[in-house]
Amino acid sequence: MPQVLILFAHPAEARSRVNRVLADAVRDLPGVTFRDLYETYPEFDIRVRDEQELLDAHDAVVLQHPLYWYSCPAIVKEWLDLVLEHGWAYGRHGHHLRGKTWLTAVTTAGTSEAYSPEGTHGVHIRDLLVPFERTAVLCGMRYLPPFAVHGSLRMDAAQIAMAAEDYRRVVEALRDGTLDHAAAEGAPRLNTPALMNVICAAAPDG
Amino acid sequence: MADGPFAQAFVYLLAAVVAVPVARRLGLGSVLGYLVAGVVIGPYALGFVGTEGEDVLHFAEFGVVMMLFLIGLELEPARLWRLRVPILGLGGLQVALTALVVAVGAGVAGQDVRAAIAIGLILSLSSTAIVLQTFQEKGLMGTEAGQNGFSVLLFQDIAVIPMLALLPLLATVDAAGGDGGDAPLRELPGWGQALAVLAAVALIVLAGRFLLRPVFRFIAGAGIREVFTAAALLIVVGIALLMDTVGLSPALGTFVAGVVLADSEYRHELEGDIEPFKGLLLGLFFIAVGAGIDFGVLGDDPLRIAGIVAGLVAAKAAVLLALGVRFRMGVDQRTLFALALAQGGEFAFVLLATARQQGVLDATTVSTLVGAVAVSMAVTPLLLLVAEGVLLPRIGPARAERPEADAIDTEHPVIIAGFGGFGSTVGRFLRANGVDATVLDADPGHVEALRRLGLKVFYGDASRLDLLRAAGAERARLLIIALGDGEEAGELVRNVRRHFPDLRVMVRAHDRTGAYRAINDGVDDVYRESLDTALRMGTDALAALGRSRYQAVRAARTFRWHDERHLRELAAVTDRKQHVSEARARIRAIEEAMLGDGEAILAEVDAGWDNTSLRRESAGEG
Repeated sequence: MPQVLILFAHPAEARSRVNRVLADAVRDLPGVTFRDLYETYPEFDIRVRDEQELLDAHDAVVLQHPLYWYSCPAIVKEWLDLVLEHGWAYGRHGHHLRGKTWLTAVTTAGTSEAYSPEGTHGVHIRDLLVPFERTAVLCGMRYLPPFAVHGSLRMDAAQIAMAAEDYRRVVEALRDGTLDHAAAEGAPRLNTPALMNVICAAAPDG
Repeated sequence: MADGPFAQAFVYLLAAVVAVPVARRLGLGSVLGYLVAGVVIGPYALGFVGTEGEDVLHFAEFGVVMMLFLIGLELEPARLWRLRVPILGLGGLQVALTALVVAVGAGVAGQDVRAAIAIGLILSLSSTAIVLQTFQEKGLMGTEAGQNGFSVLLFQDIAVIPMLALLPLLATVDAAGGDGGDAPLRELPGWGQALAVLAAVALIVLAGRFLLRPVFRFIAGAGIREVFTAAALLIVVGIALLMDTVGLSPALGTFVAGVVLADSEYRHELEGDIEPFKGLLLGLFFIAVGAGIDFGVLGDDPLRIAGIVAGLVAAKAAVLLALGVRFRMGVDQRTLFALALAQGGEFAFVLLATARQQGVLDATTVSTLVGAVAVSMAVTPLLLLVAEGVLLPRIGPARAERPEADAIDTEHPVIIAGFGGFGSTVGRFLRANGVDATVLDADPGHVEALRRLGLKVFYGDASRLDLLRAAGAERARLLIIALGDGEEAGELVRNVRRHFPDLRVMVRAHDRTGAYRAINDGVDDVYRESLDTALRMGTDALAALGRSRYQAVRAARTFRWHDERHLRELAAVTDRKQHVSEARARIRAIEEAMLGDGEAILAEVDAGWDNTSLRRESAGEG
């Protein structure tokens, strides 16, 4: 069974409304390794070898974090900078990540309308996350459109729970290898209602 | 004419006290000051010292012996091994080529072959005393010229021994006397002499390795300082005596002993103890050289002497320059190198006397050469002044261009005083980052235990200025004081700030009181030993209570920042009552700042990640 590594990063989890619930939905799933980066490395002293061993042992990596200033929280950047070494993750001899799947799961304060060419931010979330996409591609990984929970500021508990449920389904599909990569290809984000039904259609094998 | 030891001592000391500071003030260096003082009190000027100046010279040669002991102390065997190429290559070539050139010159001047060879060998030596003293004073030891100069001088000091053995073979007449003076070795056959030499050196090495350290440990354990000093002097005197008995150079013997003791824990203590004696005796030596210049001989034929001196200096400088080119020294460095070593050396006096005894050279030649060597020595500081003032500015950069790492002094950029749990952690951390520190600790038992763990620690009380100096405080960049909090640390801080104002001091403080004291002594870098550990514990406590670890770490940092700031503010408040109330106010201030309006979430720590206001604004708009 493929294994999913979730790298969770929220510098002030106590202040989180949505991310915390999303995290709780996947934290204890079998076949899923949930890793809280801020909790593991409160002083940013990332142990590169440990992280690389974890990556080796998993088939899919999910980076879950809030969107801060159109990007990731600081520790995720630090993690990328240190762990994805040349000769290990990319370059002529860097093949450790080849064929693995990359998914970014973000929450944004702005609504999905705001994250569109007509909206306040002028682009889709996927276009904002191009640096991550390029990183994944350079490492030979399969990049999925982002799982983006928009409008987090004004979600009520039921909406948050629905988003968490979607998230759990995506992670489970990744774990079970049933996620339909072809259908997701090119979508601006993974978790539109229509796409969710297609890519996670196959019932879990048990 | 001064009579009696006190009057003598008075004249010498007075001459030194007057002449040396004046010379230094004039930028001439202490060596020239001493030499001039010698000339002034000598028989040809004021006449305070007469022929007994020669005895003084012999006595003062002991300063050279001590200097070589100190040089040995600074040269660990490994370092000596690394210098083998310059010592053997550069030094060997210098002696051989200079001897050849001078011998040819002497031959042309009418000496017969054997005498010419003897003169060549004797004059190939330079003055360790003058050159090293001058280099040290001008801070040139770390330069290429200083390094190579040192190597050459070291080779010369060693070469004195075979030269002493060689001189009798050059005798044209059978050696007078026949009782062999104070060197019974001469009676032995060649292989016996060689064996005796090896045995003496082996004895020093073995004793240094296995006997001296336990003895020093025992003495240090007694904790009586002057006895340790006496023991240090005893070692040097004893070795000199031993070497003298077997007919070897005492300087070489003490040098070997110094090298053997260089990686012992007593190195800096020994340096600190011997240094003042060396300084005084070396000064005395220079005075005696000045006083011993025979202006009678000079006056008889000044032109001839001047010619010899000029020829000698020119020949030596030419050879050194050529070697400087061959060994790829920069223009400025080889100029300095050549001029610095272009004089005759103090060993020439010894060797000339021997040569005369052995009938290699006649009395007139010897006294002429003694005069010439003395004058060449006196001329050296002047030559260097000219080199520094006139030549070097024209041919480019002088001074140290090379990194200090190659310097002869094994001094490290960091000195750690006190190597208990705190100091040793700092030391290990620095070493793990490639920074070597010179470590001093005053507890002999402790030092021994640490050495057994493979840590290089030196015995010595860091609050002693001379010891700090020996440990390299003048050139170090950092002094880390990890002593107890008592008065000794405070005393050390004040001493260091007075005597080594450029040395940055970092102080470990046991508690707030100690920290206040250090801050009020003007130290910027004060570290309370329990603060960080306490905060780390507090961080873990918060995490154990379920707080986010990252938040807890940030909270600790914020707390520490406030607390350090308050510490510095409170250090200025000396009134007890006022202090207590100010301290209370600050404790409250930290809590308020961090907790905000009483929430359990740290306001000051993570306001940037709080989206409450954003949420409110967004709701308002909606």
